[in-house]
This record gives sequence, C-alpha cells and structure tokens, in this order.
Amino acid sequence: MELFTNQILAGISTGAIYACMALAVVMIYQAIDHLNFAQGEMAMFSTFISWQLMQWGIPYWVAFVLTLIFSFAAGIVIERTLFKPLAKAPILTNVAGFIALFSIINSCAGLIWDFTIKQYPTPFGSAPFLGSQLISTHQAGMIGVTFLLLAALYFFFQYTRVGLAMRAAASLPESARLVGINTAWMIALGWGMAAGIGAIAGMLIAPVVFLEPNMMGGVLIYGFAAAVLGGLTSPLGAVVGGFLVGVFENLAGTYIPGVGNELKLPIALALIITVLVIKPAGLFGRPIIKRV
Amino acid sequence: MRSSRLRAAVIAAAAFALASSSALAQKKYDTGASDTEIKIGNIMPYSGPASAYGVIGKTEKAYFDKINAEGGINGRKINFISYDDGYSPPKAVEQARKLVESDEVLVVFNSLGTPSNSAIQKYLNAKKVPQLFVATGATKWNDPKDFPWTMGWQPSYQSEARIYAKYLLKEKPNGKIAVLYQNDDFGKDYLKGLKDGFGAKASMIMAEESYETSEPSIDGHIVKLKATGADVFISITTPKFAAQAIKKLAEIDWHPLHIVSNVSASVGGVLQPAGFENAQGMLSAAYAKDGADPQWNDDPGMKKFFEFLAKYYPEANKLDGSVVYGYGVAQTLVQVLKQCGDDLTRENVMKQAASLKDFETDTLLPGVKINTSPTDFAPISQLKMMRFKGEKWDLFGDIISGDLSN
Amino acid sequence: MSAADEAEVVAEGQAVEAVPKRAMTLSTGTSLTVLLVLLLIPLLVKNFIIFQMTMLLIYGLAVLALNILTGGSGQFSLGQSAFYAIGAYTSAILMEDFNVNYALTLPVAGIICFAAGFLFGQPALRLSGVYLALATFALATAMPQLLKLGYFEHWTGGVQGLVVTKPDAPEIIESALKVVHLKMSQDMWLYYFTLVITVAIYLWSINLLRSRSGRAFMSIRDNEIAASSMGVNVALYKTLAFGVSAGITGVAGGLGAIAVQFVAPDSYTITFAISLFLGMVVGGVGWLPGSFVGAAFIIFVPNISESISKGLSGAVFGVLLFLVIFLVPHGARQVAIVGQQLAGRFRR
Repeated sequence: MELFTNQILAGISTGAIYACMALAVVMIYQAIDHLNFAQGEMAMFSTFISWQLMQWGIPYWVAFVLTLIFSFAAGIVIERTLFKPLAKAPILTNVAGFIALFSIINSCAGLIWDFTIKQYPTPFGSAPFLGSQLISTHQAGMIGVTFLLLAALYFFFQYTRVGLAMRAAASLPESARLVGINTAWMIALGWGMAAGIGAIAGMLIAPVVFLEPNMMGGVLIYGFAAAVLGGLTSPLGAVVGGFLVGVFENLAGTYIPGVGNELKLPIALALIITVLVIKPAGLFGRPIIKRV
Repeated sequence: MRSSRLRAAVIAAAAFALASSSALAQKKYDTGASDTEIKIGNIMPYSGPASAYGVIGKTEKAYFDKINAEGGINGRKINFISYDDGYSPPKAVEQARKLVESDEVLVVFNSLGTPSNSAIQKYLNAKKVPQLFVATGATKWNDPKDFPWTMGWQPSYQSEARIYAKYLLKEKPNGKIAVLYQNDDFGKDYLKGLKDGFGAKASMIMAEESYETSEPSIDGHIVKLKATGADVFISITTPKFAAQAIKKLAEIDWHPLHIVSNVSASVGGVLQPAGFENAQGMLSAAYAKDGADPQWNDDPGMKKFFEFLAKYYPEANKLDGSVVYGYGVAQTLVQVLKQCGDDLTRENVMKQAASLKDFETDTLLPGVKINTSPTDFAPISQLKMMRFKGEKWDLFGDIISGDLSN
Repeated sequence: MSAADEAEVVAEGQAVEAVPKRAMTLSTGTSLTVLLVLLLIPLLVKNFIIFQMTMLLIYGLAVLALNILTGGSGQFSLGQSAFYAIGAYTSAILMEDFNVNYALTLPVAGIICFAAGFLFGQPALRLSGVYLALATFALATAMPQLLKLGYFEHWTGGVQGLVVTKPDAPEIIESALKVVHLKMSQDMWLYYFTLVITVAIYLWSINLLRSRSGRAFMSIRDNEIAASSMGVNVALYKTLAFGVSAGITGVAGGLGAIAVQFVAPDSYTITFAISLFLGMVVGGVGWLPGSFVGAAFIIFVPNISESISKGLSGAVFGVLLFLVIFLVPHGARQVAIVGQQLAGRFRR
C-alpha cells in the first residue's frame, strides 16, 4: 500500500512537469489551432537565457521577470517574421516550419552553452514538503505555480476582452475579422503568451531534470499527450491531463508485470488514444461538431 | 690503381643502390597515406540524442591541429575528416562508405556508439579498413579472430562491472542490491557484466529497473527501488540521469552504498550539478584523470593537457570527461602512427596497434598502461576504484584488471 | 455559458489541400527521361554514389506511401517509421534466421505491414487531424521500445540489432555479364533491383489514385462528411489507405535493411518519421513524383548543412528548410508547375 501511495505522489510530482508544459501547448493551440513542435525548445532556450543572466550575477526573480519579457517578445517576433509569411500556406507546411525552428533553436543552444548539464536554482528550496520525503518543496511550489497560471489563463480567456478576441480569432477567423478583431495580432499575442508560459515551465522543470539543450525533448511529448488527453481547448484539462499521465505512467511501470517498466511511454500513450477514441475531444474538451 | 678505384666505384654504386632500394622498399602506402599526409576518418554524433559526445570529435581535431603545428608525424600532416551520424546506424553506414570510398581515408578512428559501430563493422572488415579505437565500451570489440580490423580502446563495460561485483562480494557479501540501468547496449552490457561478476551469488541483485533516455526524469524509478529495501544502489546511467539519481536519493533520504558507472563519474559534469553534499561516499572506478580534480593540478601529464586546451581548444569545458577522453585516445593513435614509420599500410597500422607495450598517455591514471597483442584487442583493461570525499575522488586500492579470470 | 459554448462548431475546413488529378504525375516525356537517367547513372559513378541513389529510391518509396496516406486520403501520419521498422526487421529476421531468399522477404514484409496498417487504421478511424498525429506519433515512439523488449530479443537481437548479408547479383546475370567481361557489383545489382520495384510500385500507386478507390480516398480527404453521405464507405477506405501506405513503407523498410545491411531499434526512431514527413512536404503533398525530390532533400541537405558548419549543422538545416518552404510552400510540385508553364510558353 505504501508503494502505491508513494508512486502516486511521485507520479504527481512528475505530472506537475507535464502539466506545466501542457499549459503552454494548450495556449498555442488556442491561438493557432495547431501544435507547435518547437514549443519545448523555445522554453529551453528561455531557461538558458535566465541561467546566463544569473551567471552574470543577476538575482533570481529579476532574471525570471527579464526572461519572461524576453520570451514574450521573442515569441511575437518569431511569429511575425517566420510564420506570418506562411499564413496562407497549407498547414503541413507550417508544421514543417515548426520542425525547422526546433532544429535551429536546439543547434544554437548546443553551440552557445554546450551539452554538459547545468544545475538550475529553485526559489522554493529542495527540502521535504510537509515532512514527506516524496514531494520536495520545489515540486510543491511547481504544482502551486501551475495552478496559479491555470487560474490566470482561465480568467484571461473568460473575462477579458483580449482573451475573448483571441478565442474568436482562433476558432472563426473570418467572422472575427468582420467584427473588427485584428486576427493577425491575436495570433502574434498567442505566440508571445505561449512562449512566456513555456519559459515559466522551463524554469520550473530545470531544477528537477537539470538544464541542457536536450532537456525538453521528452517533456514535450508528454506535454502534448497530457494536453490532448485533457482536451486541447481546456487549460484545466491540460493540467489534469498532466497529473493523470504522470500518475498512470508510474503505476503502469510499477504494477504491470514484465513489460510495464520498458513500455512506460507506449502504455501511457495507448491509454490516451483509448480515451480519445471514446471521447474524441479529450476529457474536458468541448466536442467538435463538423459541418459540411 | 684503376681496379681499386673501379672496385670502390662499384662498391659505392652497390651501396647506393642498396640504400635507395631499401629506402624505397620501406615507404609503403595504402589509400589515405602519402609522403605529406595521413587521412584519418571519424564518425561522431554532432547532432541528435547523443550530441553531448560530439565534443570528443572536436577535441581530437584540436589535438591533431597541435600535432600538425609541431611538425606532424614523421613529417606527415594529419588530415582529420569527421562526419556526423546523429547516432543513427543507417547514417553511420553512409558516412563510413563516404569516408572509405569517397574521401579514401587510411583508417576509421574512434567512431562513437555501439549501434553505429555494429552497423559498419562488417563493411570495414570486408574492405580491410582499420576500425580503430572505437568509442564505446561494448565488450564485443575485443574479437581479433572474427574481426581482425576492429579494436576498442576504453575498458569494456563488462570488465568495469565485474570489478564492482568483485568489490561487493568482498566488502558487502550480504548486500541487497538494486540496479538502475539505461535500456540500451550500454546498460545491458553492464548488467551482464555485473551478473557474470556475481556468478553464483547473482541473487544479491534483488531489483533491476531500466529507463529510457526519452524519459524526462527517473525519479519514479528511484522511489520504486527504495521501496525494495536495498542497501546497495548501482547506477548504470549516463551523466544527466546519474545526477538526477544522486539528487533524488538525497531528497527521499535514502542512503544506500551508491556505485556509479565511470561514464558518469565526472566531478564537473555530474557531481557538481548534483551537489557535492549529496555525493559523499559514492564509489566508482577510473582509468583516467579527472580535469576538475585538484589533486592533478601539478601532474606533468595534466599540465600538458591544460596547456593544449588553452592554446588549441580554449572554449572547451575542461570539467567534461569527454574532453579528457578525446585527448587520450588521440594521443594513442599518434603513437600507433609514429610506430608505423614509413610503412603506412592498413595492415601495418593494425599490426602496430596490436603491439602497444606499456604505453602511457598524459591523461591515464598512474599505473594504468595500454597493452595490446595479436590476441588482446583491449588496449585499456585496468581500473582503480575510488570513493568521493569532500569535493574530489580518493583513489584507493590496487590497480585492478577487469578480466574474468582474476 | 450559453449552449453555444458547449460544443464547438467548425466549418469543415480542408486540412490537406487537393492536388488536381491531371497534375498528379509528370508528363510521359519527362517520366521517360527521368527513367533513362536513373538507368544510366550507375554505369557512370562510383559504388558509394550508387548506394546513395539506392537509399534515395528507398526513402522515396516511403515518402510515396506517406503521400498516398496524407495527400491521397487526408490522414495525418507521423508514424511511418514504425511500419518501416516492421518491414526492415521482417526482412532481416527472415533472411538471417530462416535463410529466406532476400527477394521473397519483400512481399512478406509488405503483407505483414499492410495488415499492421489496416489494424492500426481501425482505432484511428475516430481520430483526425492533430489527434491522429498524436496517435501515429505514439506508434512511432512505441516501436523502438517494442523492438528492444526482452521477450523478442531472441529474434530481434534486442538493442544490438541484426547484421544482414548483402546479396550478390543472381547467377544468370553474372554469367551473362561475364561473356562481355563486365562485372556487376553488389551495389549496382541492388540498385537495379530497387529501381524495378520502385517503378512498379510507383506505377501501381498512380493507377490506384486514378481508380475508383483513389477517387474514394480523395473524396474523404476533401470532405469526409460529404463523402459518407454520398455513399462512400469511409471506414473501409480509410483503413485501406492506412494498410496500403503501411505495406509500401514495409517494402521500403525491407529494401532498406538489405541496403544498409543492419537493423537496430535506434535506426527507426521518431526522428526518422519526422524526416519522412519533411520529405513529403518538400516534395509537394499529394504529388507522387515529388516523393523522390523530398527523399533527395532529406538525404542530401543534412550533408550539405554539415559541410557548411559542423557546430551549427542543425541550425543550417533549419534555415535551408525555411528557405524552401518560403519559396515554394507547396513543395516541388510548385516548381514543376512553373516549369510546365515555362515549357508551354517555350513551345508556342
């Protein structure tokens, strides 16, 4: 029984990582209606920038804020320069663009900061949380920040005009334009916000997994999976999805005999696909009705 | 008078003919070697999941630049041609064929990764091109009977694992062992070595957990292993995951005897990010000196190494074990080529590589020597165990050979 | 929240654009010229280039299969590497463990992969767009893990993989060539063998897309709901598309195993699936001849990037890819259309 609760707790802590990333994924999906493969790399690069600032002596929270501003701006710039020209191109071409961006960012990070792992500080400390040895204060902090972000996003989308405009621009661009929404800038804003959330995710994840250029590769896959499981239109779903994936993966690894350990990721993904087959829009997503 | 002068002339002419013909006879070349250059081919993962090891290729290039600046080998410059395979075997095959058929190199040197080397082994042996000092510790490279053109360099994973097994059998005969291993050729080879080393007492291993490099964090595995109640933890991991393990062990307050594989024993690359305070008492084994270890600051060999870095590769991270590795293996190749003299045929290169006697590089631990023979294609098979104390590794015990017989 | 928020209503947009049937292939003249060039090249170049050309044909086949699936029936797939792996391992295991002749392993690989694709297509029926992409992505990530699994190690060789023996040219041809004092290298024989298979599959695919089934595929791609209301058996054709695509990829995988002489789980990762996807986009989605242009891109452009800058080869590759998709967002098909227009103007 103890192992069971331990694995659930451990799953929740890894799940927090996935949940963070999933939020960024949902954010970009809300803005552009597809998934950005380079999301993880952008988050990684932002985290490196913050690390570099701290190496130059800038205190943690100042570096944090500066990095957020930088990521937000960089997201907008990338969208305006690289993806606006592709707006009329087919979706698949855009996806190829994401892959190209991934390649560029990963390569540059490797050249600038090399591939050895680096320690990344946490503002929450690493002591056991509430005496439990399984969740450290950092992981509790990570869960806390994730929920804060979630609340902020929910508030943004439901109760602000900009949030509403962004949702409109993503789901029905032509109609949105007719009511005067500048859809092009909504997309850019979406990119900026996604980059910012990604940066936060990166800065929270790095203390656990150690900072290096390839750190987000695995996380991104899980982030996608979690976002899809929870429903790509629902930030709450993304967070819940993240925790579910983390817990399920741990339990599968522990309790499925023989292959459970070696097939952790495939089993987690298989679960998600099963859920999707039953509920195609994800657990919390709005069902999509297609009209001819 | 005339006859003696004639005789002298004849003798002189004969001597001259003999000297020049033997000189001509001594200069032998295969494709890739000439009077002015020696072409060395190399395949490294400069991109992809193993890109952290690309720095080995860069170090080797810098080292060969240094050798060339100092006059080359017997007057010949080294032309180092290195290609990226992204750790993908089909790409490695393509690059190997390019090196042999298009660039026409003399040898393929220190290509990295067991899958890539497995893919090109048959081809290189069929073409009779030396596959020299491969950058992987898999045990299968020491097989001169079936693959006479393939030779390893570093101590094999199995021999290192056997050393740990021997140590545990002696020091902790009732130990309960938990093993975390990477689910690839590296991890599996190690595990086999451990089990072979324990022999009949393999039941000491009570739990084995494997992980994939695609997993962001291995924390879940550590939690599971702690629950088994083991008091020895063997970490067959690459640097990132070794550091995560060290950190997690401290966080969940689990203090088994922690043994880590040599590839992740780097002070600057693993222990410092993970936290020195968490790594106290850890065990590992080494065959080379660690650049971050202050005990080697006045060592003449390491001094040469640091001078080399300062001049030829200043942006290198001297705390990275891969840089030390690249230097050592490049130095070994230079020794082999020097021993070849003017006979730069591929056959002679293999012959010289198989006749290294007590060769010491600048970076190997004192007492660890490179020895090869026509039946022993494992240049380094000695290691010394070490314990982490304070901020550095304390070597202890004797130099141990990792052979099964001892 | 009003009822309108409960469900998201979208106008059925086209995820994959349609390629007009006429433009689906090259004109006869161009096709014959290309074929002639492909036949003559091995006689003029070194073995290494022949090897690269063989790999180009093989990857071209894999991209062609993806084109049928995505460009033809509009289903997204990032999981082709899984079917390629199944095909490769089937060939390798049959050749090494059961001593089957290499040529016979290919139909077996094709059939097994067809079945695998067909089976995978069933649960995929309910998914589309990004969800289907994730499902195929899952398949691609699962495959290397499955190949490494302890249970199968006896056949697959586990993480160490399997070495495959390269075939020699058959006796008849060797003795025929001996008469004229020519020798055919293993590479050259494998190249011609692959060329024949590639041309056969290419012609068959074009016929498929022009046939009734092909029209069914395309109607599903253009508008699934409309197609189903017109009586097209959407479920059948969707799974059929997956099956056919997987089968062709499997044959390509088998050929790949023979050409590279080695199979290992690390050879068939998600990176490979992404490369095939890029090949399809660069060649022009749905344009079958473009598959080979795309294959050339994914083989040669990384080499070019590496020669430009070793430290930043990934960045150079990304930049080159961006250049291509900025200049020709619809892939090589756009170039061909421009070429045709110029040729038309020329003729007048």
